[in-house]
Amino acid sequence: MEGKSMETEALSVKCTADMPYSYHAGFYYSRFLKELRDNKRIVGVKCPCCGKVYVPPRMVCRDCFVTMEEFTEVGDEGTLLAFTVTNFPYIDTTKGEPKRIPYTAAYIRLDGADSNIVHCLDETDEKKIAAGMRVQAVFSDNRTGDYFHDIDHFTIIGDDGG
Amino acid sequence: MLVPRCVFARSYKVDKVGIIGVAQTRYRRYNPASHAEMAYQVTCEALEDAGLTIGDIDNTITVCNDFWDGRTISCMTITEATGSHRVPTTNVEGDGTYGALMGAMRILSGLHKVTLVVAQSKISEGIPQVISNAMFDPVYERVLGVDAISSSALQMRSYMSKYGVTEEQCAKVSVKNHGNAKANPYAQLPLDITVEDVLKSRVLADPIKLLDASPISDGACAIIMTEEKTAGERCSKPIWIKGIGHCADAYHLGDRDLAEVDALVSAAGRAYKMAGVINPMDEIDLAEVYDAFSYMELMWMEGLGLCGRGEGGNMVDSGVTELGGALPVNPSGGVLSAHAVQVAGLVRIAEAVLQLRGEAGARQVEGAKVALAHGIEGACGQGHCVFVLES
Amino acid sequence: MKNGVAIVGVGQTHHKSKNKEYKGQELICVAVKRALESTGLTMADIDAIVIGNMDHFESINYVDMWSVDGSGGYMKPIMKVTTGGTTGSAVGHAAFYHVASGLFDTVLAIGWEQNSESDTTAAISTCFDPITEREYAGGAIGPLAAQYTAYMSKYGATEEDAALVSVRDHNNAARYNPYAHLRQTITVEEVMKSQYISYPIKLLDMCPRTDGACAVVFAGGDKARKIVDRPAWVLGVGDCHILVHMADGIGLANLPSLEVAAREAYEMAGVTDPFKQFDVAELYIPASTAGVCWMEALGICEEGGGPGLIRSGATEMGGELPINPSGGVLATNPIGATGLLRIGEAALQVMGKAERKQVEGAKLAVATGFGGCFWSDVTVISSSPQLN
Repeated sequence: MEGKSMETEALSVKCTADMPYSYHAGFYYSRFLKELRDNKRIVGVKCPCCGKVYVPPRMVCRDCFVTMEEFTEVGDEGTLLAFTVTNFPYIDTTKGEPKRIPYTAAYIRLDGADSNIVHCLDETDEKKIAAGMRVQAVFSDNRTGDYFHDIDHFTIIGDDGG
Repeated sequence: MLVPRCVFARSYKVDKVGIIGVAQTRYRRYNPASHAEMAYQVTCEALEDAGLTIGDIDNTITVCNDFWDGRTISCMTITEATGSHRVPTTNVEGDGTYGALMGAMRILSGLHKVTLVVAQSKISEGIPQVISNAMFDPVYERVLGVDAISSSALQMRSYMSKYGVTEEQCAKVSVKNHGNAKANPYAQLPLDITVEDVLKSRVLADPIKLLDASPISDGACAIIMTEEKTAGERCSKPIWIKGIGHCADAYHLGDRDLAEVDALVSAAGRAYKMAGVINPMDEIDLAEVYDAFSYMELMWMEGLGLCGRGEGGNMVDSGVTELGGALPVNPSGGVLSAHAVQVAGLVRIAEAVLQLRGEAGARQVEGAKVALAHGIEGACGQGHCVFVLES
Repeated sequence: MKNGVAIVGVGQTHHKSKNKEYKGQELICVAVKRALESTGLTMADIDAIVIGNMDHFESINYVDMWSVDGSGGYMKPIMKVTTGGTTGSAVGHAAFYHVASGLFDTVLAIGWEQNSESDTTAAISTCFDPITEREYAGGAIGPLAAQYTAYMSKYGATEEDAALVSVRDHNNAARYNPYAHLRQTITVEEVMKSQYISYPIKLLDMCPRTDGACAVVFAGGDKARKIVDRPAWVLGVGDCHILVHMADGIGLANLPSLEVAAREAYEMAGVTDPFKQFDVAELYIPASTAGVCWMEALGICEEGGGPGLIRSGATEMGGELPINPSGGVLATNPIGATGLLRIGEAALQVMGKAERKQVEGAKLAVATGFGGCFWSDVTVISSSPQLN
């Protein structure tokens, strides 16, 4: 075909890339996951210098930059620091399927911990949720070493802890 | 909540950057430690090697790749483990040599004094063929299934056809490097093999055979660099960065002459000019080059001016590049013996530093004073980064 | 820093939700050409290139290599920097260091993204720890939304406060910025009526997903003066990646990384009273809520003073410290470019080249970047090589 005229319709090429990964948990997360699975316990790790307890446990204290080795149990209750009810569609990359919405992401400071965790609440009406409420972990009966499903969800057990 | 941070070293006049600490993990197919745990290990060991504490580091460069790590913003995994949460930091997504370049620029600016550079990857977590396939153009090329091995096979064939280099000559590189690896406690694949073993090994993508190819490795490497005054005060044997150069060729394989090394010639040219190296064949005592495949060592030697174009095969035949030869190449065993992607270029720098310090143990090149460290980026060495180091 | 480092030219594409007419390299090329045209330079004058984007949005590995057709990187030194949402500003800072090191004299910084090519939230969610955070992260939106619930609880801020930020930025884009992606004027009522996407963030509170590119030319002091009459001097840079676990960031109502990065950039530049000294600010505000709760970190209001600052009108065009005359991130968000656009827009302001967006007599500007795990970059840009 002759002529100088540019193409006016632009095409798109679809590509669904399957990128399988097998994430290595490392020793610290492995202990955390096993305690949830086998003992229904939530554990953190304590810094030998500043005494901070980190949940989920990790190797290095952020402030002191030393290795932590002392594992310690923290409570299954805590304070809700912040939350959001997510209500827009997107693909869950772990499963390759649309994420189930709405869900409530809960940011929680467990009793005895000095860092926060994220999980979900069983309440999706934002008018019934407030930062400061007390929440408790609800464990799954069928636990496999998957944090998000071994603790099935958190539930509100009371208003402001103070 | 605020973490104490180091004060900027302001407006230093800096001309020289010295490497005063290095560390690396032992490379293996599967390292059970997580990314952060590996990064912490090399950070602490590099600090110990330099005689410093984390408080002495005033900026960091991490080298992490989202594809190899299986997550976006992959540098996040190692931020705390490298102390990068405490100081100004950035992440270079490319070979470790580019990270080291960025680290050197931070010091040369006079705004930072001591840079920690940490590279890590765990290839065992993903599928290398899928990840390296993602280098290629999504519309034209990716659907062909081309990956690092098959594209490199094209390059090996081009190079051999154009210059008459043989599979035997490439195999000699593999024999040499796996043999050198026996003296390297960090190497993954120390092997006693012969040329015949290489030629008989399983074909991955003709003409690349299993023993022409580097392994899959998990690993991490860290280096610490600083400006001249601190280097002199803190370290008895600082290794100076005398020259750095980097350059990239065209992207589509078909846009390049895969048998040629133009980008490397340009990168090496910049590095040599900066370092005042006029005749590399005479002035370089050893070279650590990125031999992801056996043929690459021959091509990169040519691009680095260590021999003439097309002379790589003759060079390895002559024995000059053996550990006891006049210009040892990859005394560490090279990338053929351990290949943590993104890390391996930084490892070339670390190995060169150990050599120039006289601390390379059984793999020591006697009397080494000037070394080359080299890294590549993209398919078939599209990009190159060259360091000239001196004791 | 020897002779200083300045920005001499800025180019950007006309940002769109779907730039189907261009492949990624072509999009980059448009921005690069415009940046060069604005300076009268050619690609031969460029000594090195730094490029950045977020890999998984286009699923391309080794973008520095892939992009050479469009970036002009063929047979040039080129490297990639990527740090998540802060990529654009990190690229700008990397280009700054290229020049400040003395190794390169004229450096091209490129930030770009084609967000329409993928599911943005899915891609962003992969930044969170796969074992302990990814499941309920909700991409970029979830954490930002949750953080505001903590701020509202602590300081009594409201959703209307955030709506005012949204109205300011959208209306600035509509009135003043022909390059912006979203250019409609809106009202507080419209924002409050828009649907919740992640409580308390509503549709009109949130930034869009954009295809676009930005290129900025940095040059050493002597060189810069030869290229343009009024270079935009980079007086201070700060970056802070203070957190790794996203949950730890959300529990905090404000943004400590911005506080730290600002303090360092201000110290380098000699800024002591940001609210009085800055004439204009181009801030990386990805959700209107951030435009309320992050202001105190910049030192432009007291703790908990975000709502008061916004309600005072000081940050509107014509106010004491106009924020986002370009419309900011709420109007345009090609993620790899977004942080660099803030630097570019701030540079245009002090160069007097911001056209309809121009804040009269602007001499000192601040640009911020945000991303990752509540990370921040800050850049201080001035019309003179040092502050008096």
